[in-house]
Amino acid sequence: MPRTVVIVGTGLAGYAVARELRKLDDDVSITMLTNDHGGFYSKPMLSNALSTGKTPQSILNSDASQMSSQLKIAIRPHCPVAAIDVQRSRLVLQSGEEITFDQLVLALGADQVRLPLVGDGVAKIVTVNDLDDYAKFRESIANKKRIAIIGAGLIGCEFANDLVAADYQVDVIDIGTQPLGRLLPPDAGAFLQRKLETAGVNFHLNTSVETVDNRDARFYLKLTNGHSIESDLVLSSVGLRSRTGLASAAGIAVNRGIVVNRFMQTNSENIFALGDCAEVEGKVLPFVMPITHAARALAATLAGHATPVLYPAMPVLVKTPACPTVVSPPDFNVTGEWHTDNDGDGVKALYRDGSGNLLGFALLGAATKEKMALTAQLPPILS
Amino acid sequence: MKKFQCKICGFIYDESTGDPEHGIQAGTRWDDIPENWTCPECGVSKADFDMTEI
Repeated sequence: MPRTVVIVGTGLAGYAVARELRKLDDDVSITMLTNDHGGFYSKPMLSNALSTGKTPQSILNSDASQMSSQLKIAIRPHCPVAAIDVQRSRLVLQSGEEITFDQLVLALGADQVRLPLVGDGVAKIVTVNDLDDYAKFRESIANKKRIAIIGAGLIGCEFANDLVAADYQVDVIDIGTQPLGRLLPPDAGAFLQRKLETAGVNFHLNTSVETVDNRDARFYLKLTNGHSIESDLVLSSVGLRSRTGLASAAGIAVNRGIVVNRFMQTNSENIFALGDCAEVEGKVLPFVMPITHAARALAATLAGHATPVLYPAMPVLVKTPACPTVVSPPDFNVTGEWHTDNDGDGVKALYRDGSGNLLGFALLGAATKEKMALTAQLPPILS
Repeated sequence: MKKFQCKICGFIYDESTGDPEHGIQAGTRWDDIPENWTCPECGVSKADFDMTEI
């Protein structure tokens, strides 16, 4: 009998491992389990689909049966996992069925964080975390005009830009003093804010949402600064939380994410994790490039050649066409200072330590053309 | 001149503009890009791109 690798999750991370593993090993049996339809699509495309003329249907690259024949794998759509039996190397499905694995890969993704808000409209606040959510979102914004977005992070800014480009009126509310507060220094945040405002986005910063009420298909948001906003739909994008429940219930170590070593291996020898659900040496990096690197290393390990993951510097592109932005935030445990240069056409913010070493950057507008040259100067994230 | 889109992250390679930052000159046809070239946004290989009409 060939070895059986079971992958839970058919997002970018799950499929990246399946694809890389199949390249290395023709014979290994690969089974993928998922809660949804199991089709393959690019999640980053969801936040600029309006301006690139894409529909939920056209974003779906291949459905589960196409992926199954392409990669010679078994895919089980709509097949939620209830528990991991670590001792017996088995998954228990919600249906009661049990599936035995030699190696298990958790590619579970992350959930959108929900703020504890008050009001009779709260249950109707929308989040977009996958293609099914996005299809519902597109249905609900048809023939609507005003969208309120809670959270001015990466997803909030990208959706805001995409919606104003499609002639929606967009209000963005954030408790911080600037958009992308966790990624950009203040001058860069202010530059992005002005560009998005020029494109039509209304920012409500330094405030938070107190209540969301719903009357006659309209939403009424009351902010803590006393202002009110009316909208046709409320989208929440205040952050992601790794899905760790399944692992922790099985006794697998979790922290902010499922804790894995350089081999993407949990504290259970034949169970691995990657993508938005995983924490690699203290880092949860919910972006595509880390998945590509992790999937290649993990596939090699699963194929029998134990390979630690190496992360080079991995700048993140923010898809805000009104203000092209690329950012490589400094690691949380380094000390340095931002040096910001704003020449009107763009902002170049460099984060350097006391000896002048470049540890991070944020490039906006015209300054984005320096991305490659500066990336080459950055230290690797995991060497 | 054609355009190709990364299936994984959505990056678009436009033959007319190339990828000069990675040594691919403007006007370079897709077939002439080396097989070891990777997506500048997400790092996947050339094989994970689709031709796309945009």
